Amino acid sequence: EWTEGLQTVGIVLLVFASIKLLHMLGLISFSEDSIEDELELSTVRHRPEGLEQLEAQTRFSRKELQILYRGFKNECPSGVVNEDTFKEIYAQFFPQGDASTYAHFLFNAFDTDHNGSLSFEDFVMGLSILLRGTVQEKLNWAFNLYDINKDGYITKEEMLDIMKAIYDMMGKCTYPVLKEETPRQHVEVFFQKMDKNKDGVVTIDEFIDCCQNDENIMRSMHIFENVL
Amino acid sequence: MATGTAAWLPFARAAAIGWMPVASCPMPLAPRDNSKKKDELIMLNVSGRRFQTWRTTLDRYPDTLLGSSEKDFFYNEEAKEYFFDRDPDVFRSILNFYRTGKLHYPRQECISAYDEELTFFGIIPEIIGDCCYEEYKDRKRENLERLQDDQEDNKDMKLPNMTIRETMWRAFENPHTSTMALVFYYVTGFFIAISVITNVVETVPCGATPHHKNMPCGERYTVAFFCMDTACVMIFTVEYLLRLFAAPSRYRFMRSVMSIIDVVAILPYYIGLVMSNNEDVSGAFVTLRVFRVFRIFKFSRHSQGLRILGYTLKSCASELGFLLFSLTMAIIIFATVMFYAEKGSSSSKFTSIPASFWYTIVTMTTLGYGDMVPKTIAGKIFGSICSLSGVLVIALPVPVIVSNFSRIYHQNQRADKRRAQKKTRQARIRIAKSGSANAFLASKHHGLLNELLELTGTEEDEQKLIRNTSLLESQHHHLLHCLEKTTVGGLKHPMLAQASLAHEFVDEHMFEQNCLEEALQSYPSRSPSVSSQGSCTICCCGSRSTSRNTALHIQSSQLAVHPSSRSNLNLRAEDGSRVNCKGGQVTTAIISLPSPPSLAPHREGRHHPHHPTTTTIRPSHRGEHPRSPRASRPPQAPHPPASSRCPPSDRSLSVDRNF
Repeated sequence: EWTEGLQTVGIVLLVFASIKLLHMLGLISFSEDSIEDELELSTVRHRPEGLEQLEAQTRFSRKELQILYRGFKNECPSGVVNEDTFKEIYAQFFPQGDASTYAHFLFNAFDTDHNGSLSFEDFVMGLSILLRGTVQEKLNWAFNLYDINKDGYITKEEMLDIMKAIYDMMGKCTYPVLKEETPRQHVEVFFQKMDKNKDGVVTIDEFIDCCQNDENIMRSMHIFENVL
Repeated sequence: MATGTAAWLPFARAAAIGWMPVASCPMPLAPRDNSKKKDELIMLNVSGRRFQTWRTTLDRYPDTLLGSSEKDFFYNEEAKEYFFDRDPDVFRSILNFYRTGKLHYPRQECISAYDEELTFFGIIPEIIGDCCYEEYKDRKRENLERLQDDQEDNKDMKLPNMTIRETMWRAFENPHTSTMALVFYYVTGFFIAISVITNVVETVPCGATPHHKNMPCGERYTVAFFCMDTACVMIFTVEYLLRLFAAPSRYRFMRSVMSIIDVVAILPYYIGLVMSNNEDVSGAFVTLRVFRVFRIFKFSRHSQGLRILGYTLKSCASELGFLLFSLTMAIIIFATVMFYAEKGSSSSKFTSIPASFWYTIVTMTTLGYGDMVPKTIAGKIFGSICSLSGVLVIALPVPVIVSNFSRIYHQNQRADKRRAQKKTRQARIRIAKSGSANAFLASKHHGLLNELLELTGTEEDEQKLIRNTSLLESQHHHLLHCLEKTTVGGLKHPMLAQASLAHEFVDEHMFEQNCLEEALQSYPSRSPSVSSQGSCTICCCGSRSTSRNTALHIQSSQLAVHPSSRSNLNLRAEDGSRVNCKGGQVTTAIISLPSPPSLAPHREGRHHPHHPTTTTIRPSHRGEHPRSPRASRPPQAPHPPASSRCPPSDRSLSVDRNF
């Protein structure tokens, strides 16, 4: 009985080994999915619209557009930025903390046509608003950023997400030490200020209204004017 | 910061507007960008090849040469470009670094040239991209290994003062340094061979005698073998004791592998002497005799290949360990399987698992003695699997060991080659050095003659002389001359005269002559040839020069006003003003024998014996006069001062440094 059993085991082993060997050599394949898809998706290449059109659509001069595009194309030779690259790039500026969540929100704010990748037009449109736009437009843009599901209302949860993302960027080594409730408290403060009718959400009008009445915010809107 | 951040910073700053409504306190002011330089194209001319790039590209890395204001040093006003006199091919990859943020290492460049360029442009090599970093590190390590060999060559150098102990140690370590060492080396090698052969022959059956049956030679000719053994052990003991005595660090020597082998080789003999011949301990004694075979390892001192092999095995310890481990695992697995497979069959040799170990090892190493074979089908199947896997497991670590061995072996060969070339290299270096020293002395004569011509000759003659030395050479010679002048001390004191006279560059081998001359204190005569001929012959006996090159120590005591000088400058009274820059310096000239009188008008330098530190005084050349003396041996030429302005008084002698 011993030997019989072992014999069977030996034969079975042999059979399996040879099948595996043949499979490895590529002579047989088990199912259709196993065929390696050698073709990678061709890299998406994107060419922006002409310089004149962009000049018309944005408030940048020709020269500025040239400089912007050169920098953009240098970093992203394929012409588009996908979300992971965007997160990487943005994270370089905040080495201590984790900027990925905020970068995600930022990406969505820039990616106006929501196709998952940031082209040069998206990039330049966003920058045009931020750097050369009116205060109204800037506030509009900020509201768009906070409104994660783009339904026109900022809820407390959305604001909390944003706040947490911002605090994440600070990292752990802060003074005073970041506590769990700090973002929540900050959200409360924000809602107290912004939510005039206390309905638990902030609409665009409430937001713009409130910001225009706040001197600090107004002043800080003009800080980055001469970035480019 | 990488390029990415520099280019995307405006974007990040713009996006910061998203924080503004959330913030509850005022924001700090933004820094002003006052230098609103328009982005312009910069032209970089690298050895004729022109590269152009934006200024902002270069500004990305402000701590490098191109990114900082350091490049302004290279700005060429007329052409309005930055000119760098460097390799344009390597510059390509450096400029690409600015453009793409990644530094690549071009494989066809020499690693040290590349390193130099990186250092020049202020880029640290650690930022080389991952794609090229490994290659870079490998090449760098290889280069370092190659250069390391050079440092080891110094151990052959013979230091001037070595004690007996040091000499002996050196002789032991490098047998080719002296004949005695070589003899000792061969003698010990011979005796090692004798000892090993004796051990082997001892056990051969010598043929039957009437009393006993076939017995080994060792027992038949006990006395002979004992004498042989004694002789060998004597030699080995003496050698070991000598090495122990000569070793610079006895403790370290005793711990070294070779000394342990030595001890193990000779100890059994002494233990055998000490122990009596009773039967109980003789068993142990026999075991000890096995250790005599270790004498063969003493050959590793004689054979470099053996040493390399040992070193390789040591450096491949991890691979060997892996081999051993995997083999053990496989042996245990297969032995177990075989045992259970063969358990059923009758009269099976596989009586237990440890017994199956032998079968597994023999099969895995493809030896296949055939003393144990499986009989059942299962056993045969598993046995074949065992032998197939055995080949694989053993073949895996072997290439690693082989490549290690090959690398170390080639390194060694390179070291040997370099050592062989070292002699020629050093000779070449010596010739080069003496060439320059010759040139120095020659220009000293030029200077002499120039001064003469200044007084007597015409302009064209002077020009003819000056023309021969290049500007660089003449500046170099001027420098050496100034060094000579610097070492002048107070000349008035007669006691100090010897030490404080200007040191000059002289011929090396004339140093002994100068030492001899110290004894000669009086140089009153004005006929140089007569007075110093005697001294000169003493001095010059050592010089291996041609007849016209024998230098003659000339005593000219024209200025009796210099009591400090042993010999006075051969000056005419009216030239007293031109004696030398420092005034009052008296020098004697070494001039060649054939023409002492004609050299009277020449300025003569003094040589003075200098205590033998590292500088030696040699007689100087007088190259100009056709029959003027020359330093005997060109390789030992001193450095003549080139300046022709200073009075040539101290020119004849130069102090040279021992190379």
